[in-house]
Amino acid sequence: MSDAMPTAQIADEMYNMVKEYAGKKRFKASDLTKEIISKHGDKVNKKDCKAAIRELMDSGRCVYGYAGGSFSALPGEEGAAKSD
Amino acid sequence: MADHKLRETPLLDDLQKGPWPSFVTDMKKIAERKPMVNDLLGQLELSYKERVGHWKHGGLVGVIGYGGGVIGRYSDSPDKFPDVAHFHTVRVNQPSGWFYTSQALRDLCDIWEAHGSGMTNMHGSTGDCVFLGTTSEELEPIFAKLTEKGWDLGGSGSDVRTPSCCNAMARCEYACYDAMDVCYNITMEYQDELHRPAFPYKWKFKFAGCPNDCVASIARSDLSVIGTWRDDIRIDQAAVKAYADTGMDIRADVTRKCPTACMRYDGKEIHINNRQCNRCMHCINAMPKALRPGKDTGATILIGGKAPIIEGALLSSVLVPFMKMDKDDDYQEFKDLMERIWEFWDEHGVNRERIGECIERVGLGNFLEAIEVDPQPEHVKHPRTNPYIFYEEYFEDDGTG
Repeated sequence: MSDAMPTAQIADEMYNMVKEYAGKKRFKASDLTKEIISKHGDKVNKKDCKAAIRELMDSGRCVYGYAGGSFSALPGEEGAAKSD
Repeated sequence: MADHKLRETPLLDDLQKGPWPSFVTDMKKIAERKPMVNDLLGQLELSYKERVGHWKHGGLVGVIGYGGGVIGRYSDSPDKFPDVAHFHTVRVNQPSGWFYTSQALRDLCDIWEAHGSGMTNMHGSTGDCVFLGTTSEELEPIFAKLTEKGWDLGGSGSDVRTPSCCNAMARCEYACYDAMDVCYNITMEYQDELHRPAFPYKWKFKFAGCPNDCVASIARSDLSVIGTWRDDIRIDQAAVKAYADTGMDIRADVTRKCPTACMRYDGKEIHINNRQCNRCMHCINAMPKALRPGKDTGATILIGGKAPIIEGALLSSVLVPFMKMDKDDDYQEFKDLMERIWEFWDEHGVNRERIGECIERVGLGNFLEAIEVDPQPEHVKHPRTNPYIFYEEYFEDDGTG
């Protein structure tokens, strides 16, 4: 797999997905992984995606949310914190 | 004396009557120094009055990098109860077997007194040491102080929940493997899975040292590891005689209560057909000086237990009848099995589906095939209810057909 995607690039693509669908769709870690693998085929594997998600979370660009199950989201007030 | 006005709680006050300890009394004591707990009492009183809960649950709250360990909780009436506008729960990963030093407990209490409500739940049904009630701003300082003292957060959300175990070899002569060591080893091995939710739903490990299953792993965990043995129950016939001499009715109290009728008492000695024993532990519990588990010990691995949330409750059922829990091999056989199960669940599990439900949906046969475990008689939970038999032929095409 000589043309493997760098982790940072996978993280960027995942971030763009989360950003594009913010408020419309909640991506679980497995959703992000499946999307990336279906898009790039054997240039990425689950381990790369796991590392990319970790990079996204550790950098604070994304955060984990919870609404019945866990999902990735942009930082900010959302869900139960809202004063609705 | 409180420097804030304490809430009127006529309905809750009823719970202080009677001979038993009252959580309301405890909360009122804390409310004198903690406005947060004062508002908590106020909101609880309102819930009792209106018979409606006033909590909202979930959201994006947590510490940086972690997806578990903090459960977001918010009041739906922050205008009435501003001090519980945020009331998050923090789960702290407990030590294996819940052994603490008094200094460790003081450290935990000091941290929580400084940054939270001061109320704890020792321990939650997850096994964690649970801190009840803090604000979003306090989460990072709490986490920093906990980690400085060597603690870490536990699991929550769609991740590996904090593994828990019984006291096992530390205090119990029945332990068939070192459940505390396995629990610690698995906790450290799966740190990523514990802190970064990546599963379809929650995953719970519980480790019980013997078939008594004191941690109720069979009902409370997706993956139960229950100590067992595969040789014969050890019998000390002199001790059997001693029990009889002290007036124990061995036939009535022991042998006739055996669920598989695998044992008999001839008036002098106990005889056991060990092939028939189902490890119920009744005889061993009744005569601990005379009967003991065998020497060839390990664990039975069971899968699929859960409490009712999305679907009904399930008890775990046998996946691997006997596995040596080999410390020298770093429990590799067990870890390899976990990897195969998670790979399957990751691929086939749907959102908020526990592994037990997933297996029921896809069928045990398909599951066993995918995780490379051979079907065995112990996998049969009950006699078949479907009168039709479908034969699926497995053969290698030799080119002649």
